[in-house]
Amino acid sequence: MATTTRRARPVRTLVTLGILIIVLFGALFAGTKLDPKTEDNPEGASLTPGLALDLEGGTQIVLKPVTTDDSEVTTETINQAIQVIRQRIDAQGVSEAEITRQGQQNIVVGIPGQPSQETIDLVSTSAQMRFRPVLTVGAPTATAAESDDESADATEESADATEESADATEESADATEESADATDESGEPTDETTTDDATEGGDNAAAAPENPSDLAQITPELQEQFDALDCTLPENRVGGDSGPTDSPFVSCSEDGLAKYILGPVEIEGTDISNASSGLRVGPNGAVTNEWVVNIEFDGQGTAAFRDVTTRLVSLPSPQNQFAMVLDGLVISAPVANDPIPDGKAEISGSFTRESAATLANQLNFGSLPLTFDVQSQEQISATLGSDQLQKGLLAGAIGLLLVVMYSLVQYRVLGLVTVASLVIAGLVTFGVIDVLSWAIGYRLSLAGVAGLIVAIGITADSFIVYFERIRDELRDGRTLDQAVDKGWERARRTILASDAVNFVAAIVLYYLAVGGVRGFAFTLGLTTLVDLVVVFLFTHPLMKLLARTKFFANGHAASGLDPRRLGVESLRYAGRGRVTTGAPSRSATATSEVDALDDSGLGTQASPGDAPTAPVRETVGASVGASGDGPRMTIAERRAAQQRAAAAEPPPDTDDIADAPAADGENEEKR
Amino acid sequence: MAIGFAQWGNDLYTGRRSYNIVGNRKRYFVAAIVAVVLSLGIIGLRVAGDGLNLGIEFRGGSEFTVSGASDADEQVAVDAVAQIAPEEVPRVSVVGTEGVRVQTAQLSQDQVQEVRSALADAYSVPVDDVTSSYIGPSWGQDVSQKAALGLLVFLVLVSLVMTIYFRNWRMAAAAVIALFHDLVLTIGIYALIGWEITPATVIGLLTILAYSIYDTVVVFDKVRENTAGVVNQTRSTYAERANLAVNQTMVRSINTSVVALLPVASILFIGAFLLGAGTLRDISLALFVGMAVGAYSSIFLATPLEVTFREREAAIREHTAKVTEQRAARLAEVGDAGTEDAVLAAAGVAEGHRQLQPGSHQGAAAQPRRKRSSR
Repeated sequence: MATTTRRARPVRTLVTLGILIIVLFGALFAGTKLDPKTEDNPEGASLTPGLALDLEGGTQIVLKPVTTDDSEVTTETINQAIQVIRQRIDAQGVSEAEITRQGQQNIVVGIPGQPSQETIDLVSTSAQMRFRPVLTVGAPTATAAESDDESADATEESADATEESADATEESADATEESADATDESGEPTDETTTDDATEGGDNAAAAPENPSDLAQITPELQEQFDALDCTLPENRVGGDSGPTDSPFVSCSEDGLAKYILGPVEIEGTDISNASSGLRVGPNGAVTNEWVVNIEFDGQGTAAFRDVTTRLVSLPSPQNQFAMVLDGLVISAPVANDPIPDGKAEISGSFTRESAATLANQLNFGSLPLTFDVQSQEQISATLGSDQLQKGLLAGAIGLLLVVMYSLVQYRVLGLVTVASLVIAGLVTFGVIDVLSWAIGYRLSLAGVAGLIVAIGITADSFIVYFERIRDELRDGRTLDQAVDKGWERARRTILASDAVNFVAAIVLYYLAVGGVRGFAFTLGLTTLVDLVVVFLFTHPLMKLLARTKFFANGHAASGLDPRRLGVESLRYAGRGRVTTGAPSRSATATSEVDALDDSGLGTQASPGDAPTAPVRETVGASVGASGDGPRMTIAERRAAQQRAAAAEPPPDTDDIADAPAADGENEEKR
Repeated sequence: MAIGFAQWGNDLYTGRRSYNIVGNRKRYFVAAIVAVVLSLGIIGLRVAGDGLNLGIEFRGGSEFTVSGASDADEQVAVDAVAQIAPEEVPRVSVVGTEGVRVQTAQLSQDQVQEVRSALADAYSVPVDDVTSSYIGPSWGQDVSQKAALGLLVFLVLVSLVMTIYFRNWRMAAAAVIALFHDLVLTIGIYALIGWEITPATVIGLLTILAYSIYDTVVVFDKVRENTAGVVNQTRSTYAERANLAVNQTMVRSINTSVVALLPVASILFIGAFLLGAGTLRDISLALFVGMAVGAYSSIFLATPLEVTFREREAAIREHTAKVTEQRAARLAEVGDAGTEDAVLAAAGVAEGHRQLQPGSHQGAAAQPRRKRSSR
């Protein structure tokens, strides 16, 4: 519109895009220098995207399930295990793993590239979370080999550890009491005193234990085992064996700072309904920089947790602690200061952001009644021959060439804009995929490659919608400069709406589907965003610049925007009382006749001569300065609508007239 | 040709030439119903017959592991399996340095033995070094269920988004029905050709979901633009305005479809003729059929359907009746109601006439300057 006050700055937009692309590739190049992808560092940056299992091969891990409770390994448990493993891998990123059952029992996991030990652990560890009451705490070293100094140190350390846990418990219980007392108490007992107590308890243990915290459960054998355990040795802190569920269990703390005798399992990890990781929120609402895992129990778990905490509160230290045991290791043993009725607990410990997230993941995606033995771990080659990728890329190249040729035929020089936009889109997509495969381990499968090739069509469609809109505006008699602006306003809406649909599809499939579908959804969402970036930051500003060149503005025959080829015949009001004609291909008289008929509301379906005599109304400049942005009514009709609106309730919604320029008294119906 | 096409596009836009798609919508509805029923029939026949040709990823199959092969070349295994089961396309990968893993669809007991000895011969290892086992589906029930759930949520969300964007649920309903039509037709044609259904096929179908809705949204956007304020005038009916929109976006639809189909066609060609069965062939067939059907349905099914739905709205129905009435009156006035020309002329827009474009203000700067000297 001539009266527009917004100043378009196409060059600035283009420069912005240029900077974005430079930053993208700059980061990538920096990545290849600082964190290069090598044999040792498969997750480093590279100028070629990571490829998925089907194209690059990867590592095949054969897992043999072992039940922990002597139950039969059924097909059902295997299927459940596959589901859990898949969820864990999917939660790690977007690399597409392939998980199958082999034979009766084995599970085969194919992971693209060379997975880190963490990933392999994630797949094969069982993540059994159990809650047991603490019977005895001891210094980590074997009791026989202890010296006074060591034991003092160790006790202090374990006291520290306990302090943390105590805090955690308190907060999760919303308790307001000072924890100092509890902490002091739990720090007090040395291993000697506790073990003595325990031994005594063990001696007169004839009757059945009253409750899981009963010290009578500690048998001499158990005590012996406890004394011999040296938790400072790393091999004793591997974990894995979660112990029997219905009898006491000797265990190390995960950090090796204490050892425990624990009562029977009171709450199973399966009673956890939700687990999440986050920074701990301090008592006054301030966020500390300690990573914790927050868990919520389901109904059964909540009841059990309430009972346990109620019982433990009254017990002396260290029996007032309950241990959170993950795969046989105590990760946290907080003191129960108050009964916790709402089933919410916080696990603190020596977590990093990653380890907290991993634990939350493992807890969330179910604890398996299985552990897995890694039977073999071997490199496998790509499942699809390398010629598939080559031929696929060849097909893409041919397709692209055909698209370029078609664009040039259809849109002449304007087709070059399409080509340039597609090149930019390809460049951005390539860069983003490279960065993503570096940052979050995205890997491109053959299906993904096909998706990218398909994206050529969807991206090109945005340009086509835009160009056709510009042509429509030209046909309505605008100058190119106006047409580019006006066409953009219309096309922008369409492009945004249709891309929004694509994006919804991508997001929904990403979050709800698994495996290969997820990878595809990611590719779809990515290309949709790239499409938007290119259209907004490249194609439109470029069109604005081109509209200023003589070649396009004068409508050169080869420009693809030649008004004459577009059939512009009507007079065009060029402002300041001047009128230009679009060099009509038909005679001027015919044109004016057509216009008159148009205005009178009668047809030009047949040639003008065929039209019957019609009541010719007075026309008010309808064909001069024709515009697409007003309501599609004659002035008489608008007045009628206005009168109706004034007389009765407002007429139905007409909402595409928002930006129509207002003339005279016709403002009222332009809502 | 290009000039002819451009002229054709101009004529479509101005309404000089127009295809009465909305007017003849019954015809297209019948065609769509027949196509859907035929597709369902084909799918039903397939399922009732030997079942759908599901890939190893869905059904599981046999796996052979060759160990101790001196020359772990993949092609050797492909050839060996081809001798026993010619229609089978094995997935071969090298495991470690001298192991070969071969996966095929479920083979009979005899075939398993034959393949084992063939593989042993091919890699010159003892038969005992070739083990066979059953492998489960990598795309199991749970994956399918998740995908189906995703699909359902997608449909609900997209309906919601479209309802909000177009401020009319009938448009969303028409788009979703057209989407259903596209999916059924694509699966039907895929089943007719009988290629193996693999995860690539499913991914292709999911792409079609997005593409079909996308295409429909573009056309509907023009329909909405053209029909805004339609009840405030008496020259054309809602159906006629919608028909004009379809005609005006025809060039766009053709260009987009050609541009989108060209790359897919080249993958399909290379996949089918140079590579044989595999991911590329499966995904490109699903895409090619789906995109072509999607482009067709957004013009010939979605819009007519939308008009049919919208005409059930009281306001639109009354308006249509009023316009028709006035048109008849005008015809009677002119006096030669018999001829087709007269009907067309009176209708003005019967076959998609160019809309009236009232003048707009060009801004104060466009006004003639008052000469300063005159003051």
